[in-house]
Amino acid sequence: MKCGIVVFPGSNCDHDCYHILKEILNQETHWLWHKDEVDLSSFDLIVLPGGFSYGDYLRAGAISRFSPVMNSVIRFAENGGKVLGICNGFQILLESGLLPGALMQNHTRKFICKNVYVRVESSETPFTQKCNDKSVLEIPIAHHQGSYYIDPHSLSDLEEKGQILFRYCDAKGDISESSNPNGSVGSVAGLCNEQKNVMGMMPHPERCADPLWTNIDGQSIFQSLISQS
Amino acid sequence: MLAKIHVTFKEGVLDPQGKTVHHALNDLGYDEVLDVHIGKYLEVKLDSVSEEEAEIRVREMCERLLANTVIESFRFKLVSTE
Repeated sequence: MKCGIVVFPGSNCDHDCYHILKEILNQETHWLWHKDEVDLSSFDLIVLPGGFSYGDYLRAGAISRFSPVMNSVIRFAENGGKVLGICNGFQILLESGLLPGALMQNHTRKFICKNVYVRVESSETPFTQKCNDKSVLEIPIAHHQGSYYIDPHSLSDLEEKGQILFRYCDAKGDISESSNPNGSVGSVAGLCNEQKNVMGMMPHPERCADPLWTNIDGQSIFQSLISQS
Repeated sequence: MLAKIHVTFKEGVLDPQGKTVHHALNDLGYDEVLDVHIGKYLEVKLDSVSEEEAEIRVREMCERLLANTVIESFRFKLVSTE
């Protein structure tokens, strides 16, 4: 699988993503600089990594979505290419309109950095096909602006179309207010577009995918992508 | 010309900062405070455009960048600086 990792000014999870894809999973991996508008048609996967692109000024992702590279990413996505946005990458995908809804400040008004559990809501996507439906993954979050919002009508639309891929839950997979760390509507932690080739999630799978650590739950997402290329 | 722009959360979107300040004001004894909304205020200085043109351009700036219309609404005033 040929992977591209976009580097924005302020990205800080780009090297983690590179390490997992290139060194741990042995995939051909390239850097993509935010100022370069390039042809991405030879790539299988583009990753928008976490971080604080453009200092999160105005709103997280609001400025980065106008980077030249995003024109390439949008074209790539429109042609069916797979795009994975993690944390700040998810915020950029929402700001660019590739995914519906918005991310707001956590309802606790605090930056949250901890391990959380998410339940896999659909394994019928390129990003989750190696996961079992309703299985529970332990993946860390680290964000201040991660409370997902969409109006109730659009939320049920996402549910009907199987676009919600992950919900915050407890260790058993039960969903409640106390297992929802940031106040996201419907406990949504990750979702995809209707065509199921663009996915964004707040938790960081690249931070739990190296076998040097005890938890490698994040690998299932990368393995899902690798298995079909 | 100066555009004075206010960006606030739409009705029905939870504003955690506003809620906290609301409670703080009530705790200080300002019981008449019913609700607080916190938003952004921007001043955008414009070079030699007519008011009609500025109206269109500033609206476009708000829709494209300054506000996320999924969760925020905006309003602005144009003030002559001459």
